[in-house]
Amino acid sequence: MLNCKQTSLLVSQSLDRPLTWRERLAVRGHLLICVYCRRFTQQLKLIRRYMQGWQQQVTESSDIALSLAARERIAQQLDKFY
Amino acid sequence: MKSNPHDWLKEHGDYLYRFALARLRDVHQAEDAVQETLLAAIKNPNFAKQSSPRTWLTGILKHKIIDCMRKQIRETPVSELLSEQDANMDDFFDDTGHWAEKPQAWDVPHDALQQTQFLKVLQRCMERLPQKLAAIFTMRDVDEMDNDEICKELGITATNAWVMLYRARMGLRKCLELHW
Repeated sequence: MLNCKQTSLLVSQSLDRPLTWRERLAVRGHLLICVYCRRFTQQLKLIRRYMQGWQQQVTESSDIALSLAARERIAQQLDKFY
Repeated sequence: MKSNPHDWLKEHGDYLYRFALARLRDVHQAEDAVQETLLAAIKNPNFAKQSSPRTWLTGILKHKIIDCMRKQIRETPVSELLSEQDANMDDFFDDTGHWAEKPQAWDVPHDALQQTQFLKVLQRCMERLPQKLAAIFTMRDVDEMDNDEICKELGITATNAWVMLYRARMGLRKCLELHW
């Protein structure tokens, strides 16, 4: 039987690599009886979903821009080479 | 099609900056990445032929961002990377491997306002994560690079990568639990 520590490690790895069938079975068995590890699993998936949403939000947000100073500095560098 | 680096800066500079900032979370590093991208673009002899400068520039930027993350991670020896948070990790579980503090149920953000709030907390929690853990976590969960690619880029083993990603997730989850 897996304990919660071992389960949490495998649940995290399941987001990074395919688990072996033995590992999958063991994790599934533990999740059936452990509400905390079930929550943990849902929460990791939620975090992954939101991480992608967040980066997209930042990339599309029009109120984040290069500062004037940085823009100036980059323009000067471009002049040197172009 | 006429293409001029100063036009790129004007038209795509902010976009590239935001793209970099979302991944590096540091204003100066993001600015440098934009500058290096445009300089690298000039030196590419095919630059005038690009039909979609933004896509092309973003492709160059991605490499610059990875270079930057690699530097962040390589500055620390792997042994240190892995021992850094050991004390904290042990706090998560008791001696028998059970949760020391049991994961609490979260409200799943359902409307736009809650989603925005959740994102804000997530962002603050990312900032609290050790920079190297945040870097590898971004590669994996944001840019969806596969593990082999990450290991190759960072010069670490698959096992090291899994452990670092696990630590990043444990840290983020705990932080969200406290502040969400």
